[in-house]
Parts: sequence; C-alpha cells; structure tokens
Amino acid sequence: MARVLIVAEHDGSSVLQSTAKCVACAAQMEPEAVDVVVFAGDPDSAARLGGQAAGIEGVTRVLAIADPANAHAVAAVLAPQIVDTAREYSHVLGPSTTFGKDLMPRVAALLGVGQISDIMAVEAPYRFRRPAYAGNVIETVECEPDGMLVGTVRAASYRPSPAASSPAPIEQRETSADLPRHTLFVELKAQQADRPDLQTASRVVAGGRAFGSAENFALVEQLAEKLGAAVGASRAAVDAGYASNDLQVGQTGKVIAPDLYVALGISGAIQHLTGIKDARTIVAVNRDPEAPIFEIADIGLVADVFEAVPALIAALEQRRR
Amino acid sequence: MTDAPRRILVCIKRVVDYNVRVRVDNERTGVVTDGVKMSVNPFDEIALEEALRIRERGDADEVVVCAVGSSDWQQQLRTGLAMGADRAVLVETGTSLEPLAVAQTLHAVVQREAPMLVLLGKQAIDGDNNQTGQMLAALWGRPQATFASSIVLSGESARVEREVDAGLEVLDVDLPAVVTTDLRLNEPRYVKLPEILKAKRKPLDVVPLGELGVDAGRRFRVVRVEEPPRRGRGIQVDTAEQLVAALDEKGVL
Ligand SMILES: Cc1cc2nc3c(=O)[nH]c(=O)nc-3n(C[C@H](O)[C@H](O)[C@H](O)COP(=O)(O)OP(=O)(O)OC[C@H]3O[C@@H](n4cnc5c(N)ncnc54)[C@H](O)[C@@H]3O)c2cc1C
Ligand SMILES: Nc1ncnc2c1ncn2[C@@H]1O[C@H](COP(=O)(O)O)[C@@H](O)[C@H]1O
Repeated sequence: MARVLIVAEHDGSSVLQSTAKCVACAAQMEPEAVDVVVFAGDPDSAARLGGQAAGIEGVTRVLAIADPANAHAVAAVLAPQIVDTAREYSHVLGPSTTFGKDLMPRVAALLGVGQISDIMAVEAPYRFRRPAYAGNVIETVECEPDGMLVGTVRAASYRPSPAASSPAPIEQRETSADLPRHTLFVELKAQQADRPDLQTASRVVAGGRAFGSAENFALVEQLAEKLGAAVGASRAAVDAGYASNDLQVGQTGKVIAPDLYVALGISGAIQHLTGIKDARTIVAVNRDPEAPIFEIADIGLVADVFEAVPALIAALEQRRR
Repeated sequence: MTDAPRRILVCIKRVVDYNVRVRVDNERTGVVTDGVKMSVNPFDEIALEEALRIRERGDADEVVVCAVGSSDWQQQLRTGLAMGADRAVLVETGTSLEPLAVAQTLHAVVQREAPMLVLLGKQAIDGDNNQTGQMLAALWGRPQATFASSIVLSGESARVEREVDAGLEVLDVDLPAVVTTDLRLNEPRYVKLPEILKAKRKPLDVVPLGELGVDAGRRFRVVRVEEPPRRGRGIQVDTAEQLVAALDEKGVL
C-alpha cells in the first residue's frame, strides 16, 4: 500500500494548482494515505497555506512547518526537512514545475533513492509512464515495490483534484533538521501579472520569431486580450527579447495543456511541440505552408501574421455583435 | 585563500543530436542509436562555454570536462577540449547509469578534483530527467543553483540568476557550488579546425568506474518505449473569418 507525501508548491499567498495535480496523481497509486507538507516562513502563513492544502479532495493530513528559513523556497534548505518527514512514506511527490524540478532530486539523493521525473500516468504504484526525448517517446518505467520512490508529476497530464467537502486535519510541526546557510535568496524579479497565468490558462496565444520585435509582439498580446488568453512564446521569440523567459513554451519552457492554443509565426520545432501536445485544439498561423506546426494543428491558416492577427481580432469583434 | 588552482568541473553527456528525429527500436525498449548522429548535450555545451568565459575573465585557472560513459564518449570530451577545456576525465562504464549513480560517480570525481564550481546542463535531452546536478549538490552537501541564466563570481561566492516559472530568481551561493545551465546563459562558440587538432594532444584520463567504488546498480527498469499518439493534421482555412467560424464550430470560443 502506498503512503504518499506531497510537497506543496505555493507563492507565499496561495497554494498553487500544481499541488492539487500531485494529489490527483497520488490518487492513482492505491494510496493508504496522501499527506501534504507545507513549508512557510511564519506560523500565520503556515496556517493559511496549510488550510488551503487541507481543502483539496483526497488529502489525508497536512503537515505545516513554519520556520523563518522557509520564507522562500530554497531547495538546499527544504530538502533536509522533507527527508526528516519522509521516512514513513513510500512515495514522495512534487510537481514538475521549476520548484519541484529543483527540489525533488535533492530530496531523492539525500534519501539515497531514485527519482521518476514527469509522471504522466500511473499504471501501478511502482509503474509509471513518462515522456523522454522531448516527448517523442513515452517510457513505461517500473521499480521494485519495496524501497522509497521520489517523483515529479507532469502538470499537463492531470486535472487538479477538486475541493474537499470537509477539510483534512492540519498538524503543525517543527524542524529538527540542520539547515544550511550556504544559500541565500536575494530576490524574485517577477513579471507583470496582469495576464492569465500561462500554466493554468484555458486559452493561450503564443508568438514566434515572425514578429521581429518586442513592439510587434504586442499583436500577440492584443489577440490574447481579445480571447481572454495567456501569452506564450517560442524560444526564438524569448531569446530575441520579444517576450520574457517565463513565457517560453516547450521542452525547456512550460509544458501546457490549454483548451485552445494559437501559434502565431511559430515554425513548430519538436522542442516547441512537446510543450503543447496536450492542448485540446491547436490553431496555427504561418506564412509557410510547409511549416511543421501545420502537421499537428487542428486548424491551419497560411497567412502573414501582420495581416492575419488584426483580421482575427476584427472577426472576433464582429462575432460579438 | 590557498594556492590550489581555481578549477571548474563541467559535466558532459553524449546524447542523440537534437536535430535527429528519434525512432523507437524493434524491441520497444529504447530508441535507435545505430548510425545516428551523437553530440554533446546542448545544455552542457552552454555549461562549458560559461566555464571558459569565467576562466578567460581570470576568475578560474583550469577547466576540466568530465563524462561518465563508454569509450565512445571520448569523442564528446574531445569536442569539449577543442572548445577550450584544459583536460578531460572519462569515467568509463559499459552500461548506462541512472542519474543517482551518475551523481555518485561525479561526486567521487569532485572529491579528487576539488573544484570551486561544478557546471552541468539543467537536463539531458535524451532522458529529460533534470536530476543529476541537484543530486550531486545533495551528496556533496553544497549549494545548488539550477536553471542559471547568469553567473557572477565574486570571491568566495557566486550570484546566480535562475529562470523559474514566476520570472527570474536571484540566489547568492557560497563556493564551492553546483550550477546547472539554462539556454539563455550564453551562446556556445564554434570550434575551429586548428583547435580540433590541438585537442588531440590535450590530456584525457580514463578511469574505470570500478575504481571509484560507486554502486551503479539500476533501480528502474524501462519495460516499454513507444511513440506517443500522433496528432493528425486538421483542416486548412483561407481567411481569418473562416478560422473564427471553425473555432465556433468546435465550440472553443
Ligand atoms: C535543447 C533545446 C531546447 C529547446 N527548447 C525549446 C523550447 O522550450 N521552446 C521552444 O519554442 N523552442 C525550443 N528550442 C528551440 C527550437 O528548436 C526552435 O529553434 C524554436 O522553437 C524556433 O522558434 P520559432 O518557431 O519562433 O522560430 P523559427 O523556427 O524561426 O520560425 C519562425 C516561423 O515564422 C514564420 N514566419 C516568419 N514571418 C512570418 C510572417 N510575417 N507571418 C507568418 N509567419 C511568419 C516562418 O515561416 C517560420 O515558420 C530548443 C532548442 C534546443 C536545442
Ligand atoms: N553520464 C553522464 N556523464 C556526465 N555528465 C552527465 C551524465 N549524465 C548527466 N550528466 C550531466 O547532468 C546534466 C543533467 O542530466 P539529467 O539529470 O540526466 O537530465 C547533464 O546536462 C550533464 O551535464
């Protein structure tokens, strides 16, 4: 029987959806218990964030650990505390976001166990499916059902576990682990947050190299605005400075699964496509009819983005009336 | 301060070149690598480039490239030497290791080399595991700064900018430390022919894995490898109006 510990991801004020997705993944492991550990900088935040985690359907118990050292998620600081807590579990899970990717392997190595990255499906408590080679192959991996296992959960493969009808109990715990002082959080330069979040948005409009400048990239934002969509970008667009790094979609950016993905002036390199494979409907606008993006697009339009995007905005306005 | 050379260790993996479209092999337990172009993992090239720039700025004395793999991997280490690394270490093993075993092996190398900085790619583009650097940092008990887009050394510490989901995070880490590289850290240099010739004379040590006392046993078994379901080509429309109509028809608006 699996006893699962999930490391909650939060931004200081809210527990992120990635946590409820981990709970959804854990539910496939025939779990005997699904506990969530929440790290916070002070008891108030621990209670508030712990409360949010306790409100996720499928959670057995929340462990809230408040310590000034936990004010920011520093992997080297959190990992020994997780190891301290992890002994009684068979599975320790975190999300496959930059938070979990940074943290979980450190936990695994301290525990002396291996990690399965990017779990996309659970076939049995010790048998998983995961993508490799930029999503061009899917591996089924298994291990002996005795030891402990660390894993990260591919967010695009899971719907968040819903709200619970009654909250799980919360236990305040203290840290007994020896916390290192060799790593100092300095600051987070967050991007402006007036758009829907790329990772959770149901619609995403993304632009590529075709736009040629940050000024022109505003066209992508305008269409996104019209559709109530988040903005995404190809690596080429990010590298060229048209869009910020946190908007990159793909193998090394964000892997997303919106209902609608609109790719504007993006060629469709495999490293980009791996980030959008789970989108329900893919729309592509590109002036090159041979662009690989058309091979996977549900709706394709061969056109110049500088003409097509304003025309799309006009057509959407027309439709509203 | 001691007089020991300020050394940077760069870890390099040999992978199927990123331009190759991989195919599942007949046994369905791996991908076809016979006759396929192999290269240095792109993130590791970025790691090496960064190490070379740090040395060129005078903040390091020596750059060592290291790989844990079969004798074929010498080819990628030679590429690293041609880019400008001073010497190379191949820990030779006939079987491919899981990230934890690679990290344990690299930890043994770190013990021998005593680097002030270890640079790795954030992920190898074959397994896409994104684990080894973090595991090495844990085993070594040293700081980690993953997904770096900027590294500035100053005395006994480094300021690293990291590409995280919410934007850019800045960390100060004491040295020695482990840093893994993201794509925007730099653009690797091209290797010129004279350097390739020169690289043939640079030292490349081969250490059998057995000498390092690492338990390289596998914990995981890949039982099946398959291609993901293909998304078929959809419909083609001619105008923006038709596109909006098609979206309406699908009920996505
Ligand atoms: C290890 C590695 C990881 C990577 N990770 C990622 C990743 O996470 N995400 C990612 O996106 N990429 C990634 N890449 C890069 C990827 O290989 C491509 O280089 C990149 O996706 C190309 O971006 P693009 O489509 O915007 O640019 P291009 O490939 O240059 O395509 C531009 C497209 O715009 C079209 N176009 C040009 N002008 C117009 C116009 N006026 N109107 C209409 N269409 C026009 C062109 O026909 C072309 O198809 C990675 C690469 C490597 C090696
Ligand atoms: N066998 C290996 N030899 C040397 N370095 C490796 C090896 N495997 C992984 N690495 C390093 O670890 C990084 C991350 O790999 P991974 O954790 O497998 O995604 C790579 O970019 C390399 O820098």
